[in-house]
Amino acid sequence: MSDASLITREPEAQFGDYVALLKPRVMSLVVFTALVGLLVAPVPVHPMIGFTAILFIAVGAGASGALNMWWDADIDALMRRTAKRPVPAGRVGAEEAAAIGVALSTISVVMLGLATNFVAAGMLAFTIFFYAVIYTMWLKRWTPQNIVIGGAAGAFPPVIGWAAATGTMPLEAWGMFALIFLWTPPHFWALALFMKSDYEDAGVPMLTVTHGRKSTRAHILAYTAVLAPAAVALGLTSIGGPVYLATALAMNAWFLKGAFAIWRRDEMQAELDRYVTEKAFFRFSLYYLFAHFGALLADAALRVTGAL
Amino acid sequence: MAIRAEHDLHRRRRSRNVGLGLVLAGFVAVVFGLSVVKIRMLGASQAFDHVLRPEMLEQDQ
Repeated sequence: MSDASLITREPEAQFGDYVALLKPRVMSLVVFTALVGLLVAPVPVHPMIGFTAILFIAVGAGASGALNMWWDADIDALMRRTAKRPVPAGRVGAEEAAAIGVALSTISVVMLGLATNFVAAGMLAFTIFFYAVIYTMWLKRWTPQNIVIGGAAGAFPPVIGWAAATGTMPLEAWGMFALIFLWTPPHFWALALFMKSDYEDAGVPMLTVTHGRKSTRAHILAYTAVLAPAAVALGLTSIGGPVYLATALAMNAWFLKGAFAIWRRDEMQAELDRYVTEKAFFRFSLYYLFAHFGALLADAALRVTGAL
Repeated sequence: MAIRAEHDLHRRRRSRNVGLGLVLAGFVAVVFGLSVVKIRMLGASQAFDHVLRPEMLEQDQ
C-alpha cells in the first residue's frame, strides 16, 4: 500500500489546524467575559460546574468559528489576513469544517444544558445561530453595519455565563451585553482606519469603503458617545461597585476624548503622523474592555469578602 | 490483524491522533467529574434494602 502517499497530495492537516478552526483568539475573549458573567451573578456556582459551563461556552464559540470558516472560505482566500486559515489554505476540507462546526455546536449546547440549565443552553444555541447564520451567512456581505451585528454575537457570552449560574437573564446581564455590543464598532472601525485591508477585493461592505473614512470617524464618535453612559450606568446596578465606577468614569472620559480627536482629524493629518491617534485609540480599546470586566470581578470579590 | 509496519501516513497523522485521543480522554474526565459533583449535590440518599431502617420512617407514623 505504499502508493497511498501518491494519492494524498494535499498538505496533511495537523492537530493545530483543527484548533485554528475554532478561532482560539476569539475564544479567549469569550472565556474571559463569560467567566465574569458567571462569577458576578449573585448565586454561587460549584467550581466543577462553573468550569464545565465555561468550557462548553468556549466550545460553542469555537463551533461557530468553524462554521464561519466553512461559509467564508471563498472570501478568506482573497484576503491576505485570512488566506492562511486551514480551509482556504486547503489543509482542512470545507465540508469537514462544517461537520466539525455542527457536531461541536450540538455537543456544547447539550453539555451546557446538562451541566447548568436550559436557559443558558438555549442562549448558547441562539448565539451560535446568530453568529453563523444571521451574521456570517446573511448580513456580513450585505450591510456595512456588519460590525455592529457581529459585535452582538460577541456580546452574548457574559449573558450566557450569568444564565449558567442563575437560570435567569436580568438587567445586569444585559448591561454587560450592552458594554461589549457598543464597544465593538468603535474598536473595530478604529482598526479599519489604519489597517488598509483588502475587504474591497473580497466584496465585503466595510464602512470605510462604502461610506468613506470621514463617515467612519463620525460613526466612531457616535458609538462612543452612546457607549460611555451605558458603561457608567452598569456601575449603578447591583453588580457595580466603587472599583467599577472609578474605572468606568476614568476610562470612558479618555475614550470619549480619543473618539473626539479621531472625529476632528482628516485623512491628510492621519497620513502625516501615520495614524498615531487611531492606533492609540485602538490599543486603549483593548485595555478598556479588559479593565471594565476586571473591575466587575474586583467588586464581586469585595462583596464576597464582605468589604462592600 | 494488527498493522505492524508503520506507514508514512501514520507518522504524518500522529499529531491528529494523539490530539484527538487527549480531547476524548478530557471529555470523559469532565463528564465523570460533573457526574460526581451532580450526584453529591443531591445529598445523602438511601432506600429500604431488605432491612427496616427506622431513620427513614416518617415521624408521625
